[in-house]
Amino acid sequence: MRAALIETPIDVGALVAEVAHTANGATLVFVGTVRDVNNGRAITGMEYRAYHAMALRELSDITREAAAEFETDDIVVEHRVGTLGLGDASVAIVVAHPHRGPAYEASRYVIEQLKQRVPIWKLEHYVDGSREWVAAPIKTRETGRITAENAILPEAELR
Amino acid sequence: MTVTVLLFASYADLLGTNQLELELPIGATTDDAMDQLQALPGASRLPKHPLIAVNERYARRDHVLAAGDEVAIIPPVAGG
Repeated sequence: MRAALIETPIDVGALVAEVAHTANGATLVFVGTVRDVNNGRAITGMEYRAYHAMALRELSDITREAAAEFETDDIVVEHRVGTLGLGDASVAIVVAHPHRGPAYEASRYVIEQLKQRVPIWKLEHYVDGSREWVAAPIKTRETGRITAENAILPEAELR
Repeated sequence: MTVTVLLFASYADLLGTNQLELELPIGATTDDAMDQLQALPGASRLPKHPLIAVNERYARRDHVLAAGDEVAIIPPVAGG
C-alpha cells in the first residue's frame, strides 16, 4: 500500500506491477486525465498545486482506510502536481484484490475521498491565455463514509 | 503568541501572499484567527468560515491554537 504526490509523469504500468500478486484475481486501474473542456471553456493545460505535507498525509490516510475497509494491502495511489497538458494523467489508483467487487469499491472510495479531503487545487489555463482556479462543488457527506471528523465545514454545509 | 497562516490557490491570490504571521492572544481559536485575517487588505472576500487545518489536520472552528501552530486556510479542494 502506498500513496505519493509526484512531479513526473505517472507510470501506470509500474503501479500495476507494484500490486501484482498471484493471490489477486482482479486488478483495477483508475486514471484521471486532463480534459480539454471544463464548464464549457476550452482548456490548454492545467496546473496542480498542493499543500504538500497535508495532501500526502490525507492521501495516505485514505489509502489506509480503503485497505482496511476492503481488505487488501495492494493499493497504490499517485497524484501528480505541477503543470500538465491535455490528456496527461493527473491521478492513478490501482487496486488489486482476490475478487473484483471489493476492488471496484476500494477504487471508488479512494477517488471520492480524494476529491473531498486532499488539499490539491487546479489552475486551469484557457485558450484565450487566461487562468482560473477551479472551484469544485463541495460534496461533504454524499459520497464518503468517512469525512474529516468535526471539520470546519464550508458555509453551505452548516445550514 | 504567533501563529503561521498558510494560504493557497484563490485565497493566496486574494491576499497577495501564501504565508503570513498572526499575533493572537493566548487561548485564541481558529475563528479568532479568521476574524483577524479578514481585517487584512484583500481578505474581505474570504468566506467567513472556510475549511481550516491546524498542523496539517482539519480543525474545528473552536480549536484552541498554540504558539507556533501552522494554520492553513483551505479553499475548496479540486484534486483528481
